[in-house]
Amino acid sequence: MIRIITFLSTFLVFSFGSAYADPKKVGFIYIGPPGDHGWTYMHDVGRKYMESQLGDSITTTYLENIPENADAVRAIRKLADSGHDLIFTTSFNYMDQTHEVAKDFPDIKFEHATGYIQADNVATYSARFYEGRMIEGHIAGHMTESNTIGYIASFPIPEVVRGINAFYLAAAKVNPDIKMKIIWVFTWYDPGKEADAANTLINQGADIIVQHTDTYAPCQAAQKAGVYAFGQASNQEEFCPDAHLTSIEDIWGPYYAARAKAVVDGTWSSGDTWDGMDKGMVVMSPYNNKLMPASLIQEAVNMEVGIKDGTIHPFTGPIYNQAGELVVPEGEVAPDGMLLGMNFYVQGIDGEVPQ
Amino acid sequence: MTLELLLGILQIVLIATTPLVFAGIGELVTEKSGVLNLGVEGMMLVGAVTAFIILVITGSYFLAFFVSILSGIFMSGLFAFLVLCLMSNQIATGLALTIFGIGLSSMLGKQYIGTPIDGLSPWFFVIFSFVTVFLVSYFFYKTKAGLILRAVGESHNSAHALGYSVIKIRFLSILFGGSMCALAGSYISICYAPMWQEGMTAGRGWIALALVVFATWKPERVLIGAYIFGGVTILQMNLQALGLRFPGQFFSMAPYVATIIVLVLISSNKLRIKLSAPASLTIPFYKGR
Repeated sequence: MIRIITFLSTFLVFSFGSAYADPKKVGFIYIGPPGDHGWTYMHDVGRKYMESQLGDSITTTYLENIPENADAVRAIRKLADSGHDLIFTTSFNYMDQTHEVAKDFPDIKFEHATGYIQADNVATYSARFYEGRMIEGHIAGHMTESNTIGYIASFPIPEVVRGINAFYLAAAKVNPDIKMKIIWVFTWYDPGKEADAANTLINQGADIIVQHTDTYAPCQAAQKAGVYAFGQASNQEEFCPDAHLTSIEDIWGPYYAARAKAVVDGTWSSGDTWDGMDKGMVVMSPYNNKLMPASLIQEAVNMEVGIKDGTIHPFTGPIYNQAGELVVPEGEVAPDGMLLGMNFYVQGIDGEVPQ
Repeated sequence: MTLELLLGILQIVLIATTPLVFAGIGELVTEKSGVLNLGVEGMMLVGAVTAFIILVITGSYFLAFFVSILSGIFMSGLFAFLVLCLMSNQIATGLALTIFGIGLSSMLGKQYIGTPIDGLSPWFFVIFSFVTVFLVSYFFYKTKAGLILRAVGESHNSAHALGYSVIKIRFLSILFGGSMCALAGSYISICYAPMWQEGMTAGRGWIALALVVFATWKPERVLIGAYIFGGVTILQMNLQALGLRFPGQFFSMAPYVATIIVLVLISSNKLRIKLSAPASLTIPFYKGR
């Protein structure tokens, strides 16, 4: 009897002891390699920031190059099975896979980037990249000479369509003659194809290249052809110094640190986070003062201030869809619900969103 | 449409298709000798990263391509040793070679990601790819050595009985395939999209494999198939950019559908399979039997 009690108490001491002393394990699922200098790279920068903030109270792991199919289920399950407490899945199309695994592991917290479905143990988070797109559009409207913008889009999901619309609305405001040429490449990551798309757009007369894919190949192509480009996700100036106007940077670190801290403290709860420039989740790279006039840089900076304090919203009415129907009345701004599900082009953009 | 626009499109098609031609023609020679090497993607990646690293270190384009081709010979030599000398299964070994190549290239290239380099003009390689295809075609159908290589691929036992060294011929064919794949990879990382990124070949190795089947093992048809594939991809981008309403997904999928249709057509008739595919493809050769 005494033996059993001793055994049980040791067991309890050990299990409790370990629960307090062991660092929490935080796992990440990446769609690309952390070296893409784009989307995945910035998530990895966020992960490292989180490590630096929380020190010994967490350990982190990541799995890279996970395709958005059944492989993702296996990868997420692998992290869950190996005792991770918090798992970030960092691409939109991991949605079903994240929920599938989350159902089986109610005690593990999941965070799905750019998703819109939550559960008790699945939170979603995203950044309001479209605020940056508005500034890019404004700059492009001033900088273009051919009045033709080339836009490389990845997949027809609301986030990408929202970016195109925000860009166009701002560009058309300063330059009503502007035309958008959009190529959907149906991949996030293929340097060759991204370069092909950029060259095709330049060949068709675009003098500014905008991308919503993950590598700096389009910016490089723009540099080679002597036209301007906006980088994506991280500051890409070093790869195309004579083309790069600015980039939208995704700053995930503070969010990751806060969420991991909540898990360490036991205060984590599900929810949806959608922060923008005001919280520092979206940041513009330094504007290229060799290419842009000082007055334009000042306008862009003023716009940032306006977006931060809420006086400027990229989707301020009146906004019409391609059929000419009023979707956002004058004086109002588009509600988040509309933005989250956006699957139509605004009036003035040619072509249609692939279905 | 102006002439300038059309010329621009042609340029982009030529640049985009060249790596497919190199990898496809290399794999074709390997398969003609009766060996299926599924490691194309892996060899391309190792070739791409080797060329990039050598260029960053030495600054010499010549050395970059030279060492890259050596890396292709190393990778395919490994494969050849396993399947020809140790008689391992070709399909499994080829897949393993791809997985190995993906991992090895990521490991080697880790610290070189994001190093800016000056790209090289692609035009020499574009022309060279055409020359290679015609040389291979000439070799196959106009020279004795080409005839022997094809004989080894059709019936290794007969070739052996006639006194030809099956292992040696297959070894050389595999090495040629490997060096062409490495050349395709180095073209991608030095000319096409001058950068190193993990997995940057993005499935082109698999397309090259499909092209060989699509071409029914004929060199000129590899060229045609590659240009249909590249042409359709760039054409659909142009149509999109012109704002035409059409299903982009369909065009992205079209080349793969075409491959499946060709596969169905050539396999619907037993005689036709015999006429097109090398009869000893994937069959290991045991000396002395």
